[in-house]
Amino acid sequence: MVDIAQTDERIKEISPLRRALIRPELGGMVGTVAVFLLFLLFASDSGMFAAQGALNWSLVSAQFMIIAVGACLLMIAGEFDLSVGSMIGFAGMMVAVFGVVLGWPMWLTIITTFAICLALGALNGWIVVKTGLPSFIVTLAFLFILRGFTIYIPQTIERKTIIGGIRDAAEGDWLAPIFGGKIGTSFFQWLGEAGVIEVFERGSRAGEPVVDGIPMLIVWAIALVIFGHVLLTKTRFGNWVFASGGDAEAARNSGVPVNRVKILMFMFTAFCATVFATCQVMEFGSAGADRGLLKEFEAIIAVVIGGALLTGGYGSVLGAALGALIFGVVQQGLFFAGVESSLFRVFLGVILLAAVILNTYIRRIITGER
Amino acid sequence: MKSTLKALLMAAAVVAAPFVAANTASAEGEKYILVSHAPDSDTWWNTIKNGIALAGKQVGAEVEYRNPPTGDIADMARIIEQAAASSPDGIITTLADFDVLKGPIRNAVDQGIDVIIMNTGTPDQAREVGALMYVGQPEYDAGFAAGLRAKGEGVTKFLCVNHAIQQPTVGERCRGYADGLGIDLGDAMMDSGTDPSEIKNKVLAYLSANPYVNGILTLGPVSADPTIAALKENGMAGSIHFGTFDLGEEIVKGIKDGTIKWGIDQQPFLQAYLPVVILANWDRFGVLPGNNINSGPGFVTKDGLTMVEKFAGEYR
Repeated sequence: MVDIAQTDERIKEISPLRRALIRPELGGMVGTVAVFLLFLLFASDSGMFAAQGALNWSLVSAQFMIIAVGACLLMIAGEFDLSVGSMIGFAGMMVAVFGVVLGWPMWLTIITTFAICLALGALNGWIVVKTGLPSFIVTLAFLFILRGFTIYIPQTIERKTIIGGIRDAAEGDWLAPIFGGKIGTSFFQWLGEAGVIEVFERGSRAGEPVVDGIPMLIVWAIALVIFGHVLLTKTRFGNWVFASGGDAEAARNSGVPVNRVKILMFMFTAFCATVFATCQVMEFGSAGADRGLLKEFEAIIAVVIGGALLTGGYGSVLGAALGALIFGVVQQGLFFAGVESSLFRVFLGVILLAAVILNTYIRRIITGER
Repeated sequence: MKSTLKALLMAAAVVAAPFVAANTASAEGEKYILVSHAPDSDTWWNTIKNGIALAGKQVGAEVEYRNPPTGDIADMARIIEQAAASSPDGIITTLADFDVLKGPIRNAVDQGIDVIIMNTGTPDQAREVGALMYVGQPEYDAGFAAGLRAKGEGVTKFLCVNHAIQQPTVGERCRGYADGLGIDLGDAMMDSGTDPSEIKNKVLAYLSANPYVNGILTLGPVSADPTIAALKENGMAGSIHFGTFDLGEEIVKGIKDGTIKWGIDQQPFLQAYLPVVILANWDRFGVLPGNNINSGPGFVTKDGLTMVEKFAGEYR
C-alpha cells in the first residue's frame, strides 16, 4: 500500500487533467458553483450574502456537514444509519437530564453523554455485524427506540417534553465552550466598529456587531470534514473502509478486519450525531423531544448529492461536505429569494435527482462501466 | 461530458424558474414575515396563511409565511435568524419554545425589526423578548375553562388526545383541562402521533381498554378528525362527551351532528390578520393598541354555526 508511488506496469497511466476531472466530488463542486451563481443572481439584494445572512446558511450547512461526514464514512463502509436523527434528540435529552435535572457538572455530563451514545452506536454496529441483518432494519428499530426514550424520559421525570436551563448549567464550565462557544469575537467586534458588518441598533446589545463570532458548530464541521477526508484517503484504515463497503467477503479474505471497521464507523456516526446535539443544546439552551426529526435522511441526501454510492465502497468526504453545503444554501436561500416555503421539498427533490444523475455519469466515466 | 452539462443546465433552469416568478410578483410596501412552528402536515395553519394574505392585500403590504418542514423548533430558530437577516419591516412569530427562540427573536428586535408574538407563548414572555405585543389564546387558561365546563357537563374520567407531544404549550391544554375537571392527569394524555389511521386505532384501543372514560378532549383537527371516525366506528359518537380545541371542516360537521359537544375557537384568523394590520399602522402612523389581544377562547356550539361552517378551514 505504501509504495504505490513507484512505477508499476500494472497500473494504467492517467493524465493529470483527467485525474483532476474524474474525482467523485466533481458533481458536488459543479453543483456548489451552480447554486451560488443562482442565488447571487436571484437573492443578492436580500441580505443573503451580508455577514448575518452568510452566517445563517453557513450554520445550517455546518449542521448538515457534521452528520454527513459520519453518514458518508458509514455509507462507504457499506452500511446505513437511520437512527442519526433520533440519536440527536436522545443525546440532547441526555445532556439536559444529567446536566439540569440531576445537576451534574457540565463536563461530566458531556463526557457521559458521549460515552452512552458511542456505546449505542457500537451496539447498532454489533447487532448488524453479528446478525448479518441489513443495517437499514436494525437502525430503523433504533430510530423508534431512541425517539421513544427521548419522549418518555423527560415526560416521566419532569412531566414535559422540553427541558431548558442548559445554558445556565453550562455557565463557567471548561468543556462546554468547545461546543457552544464562539471564536474570533474580537475580530468581529473590530469589523463591527469599522463598519464592515452591521451593528445592533437598540437594546442591551446596541453597538455590538450582528455577527459576533464564528460558532464552534462551524469549527466542528470543518474539523470533522478534514479528519474524515484524511482518514479516508491517506490512511490504511481508509482503505479498509473502502474495501469493507466494496466487497466485504473479498476484504475479509485479504485480512481486513471488516467487522471492526463497520462497528467503528457506526460509533463514528453516533459521535457526529452527539456533536450535533451537544452544539445544539449549548446554543439554544434546551433539549426537546422533537429535535433531529428526519435528520438521518438529510444526512443521507447530502452524502448522495456529494457523489457517494448507496451500495457502499465509493464516495468522498469532501463530496459529502459539498453536498451539505448545497443542501444548506438551497434550504435557506429559497427563503431569501422569497420562494413559497412549501415548494422547498420540490426543489430538494429536483436537486437530489439532478445530483444523482450527474454523479452517475461521472462515475461511469471514472470506472469505465457502461 | 456533454450530456452531464446538459443535465446540469436543465436542472438550473428548473430551479431558477420560480425565482423569477416570485421576484416579479412581489408588491410594493412594507414586508412582514410570519414564522410558525407548525410542520407542513398541520393543515390548521392554512387559516393563518389566508389571514396574513388577506391582511397584506388590504393594507398593501408584502407578507410571507415560513415554517420548519418537520416542526423542529431548532430549525425554526434558524428561520427566524434568516428572516432577520433579510431585514423585513416586521416579524410575526410564535414562542413555541421560549428557551430556543428568545435569543433569535431578541436579536431581531435589537436589530430594529418590530416583532409581534402570536398564537403560542404568554404575554410575559412576549414582553421579555421585546415584542410589541402578544396576540393569541393563553393555553392553560383555555384548557382550564374547558375543564370547568366539561365538569359541569358530567365528565368524570377523560382521554386527552395529544398529536403534538413535543410542543409543551399544547400539552398545557390537557393539564389545564385536567385541573379544571379536578382530576389528576395521570396517563390520560395520549401521545397519538400525527398519522390519522394510527390516531384512530389508538383511540379505539384506549376506549375499549378504559370503559369508564366518559370524556374526550382533542387538541386540534389533526387529532379530532380521526377521533370522530373512531367514535363513529365503535358507536360511542354522541353518547361520550367530546370537546375539542380549534375548528376545521370535520369538526364543524361533528358539532352539527352532535358527535362533538363544543369546539374551542382561538380564532386563528385574528392571530394572523391583526398583527399585519397592527404592524402596518405602527410603521405608517406610529399608533399601537395599548395592550395584548386575546383572540380566544370562544366556545362554538351547535347554535350559530352558519358563519363557521361557511368559512371553516379558510378563515375560521
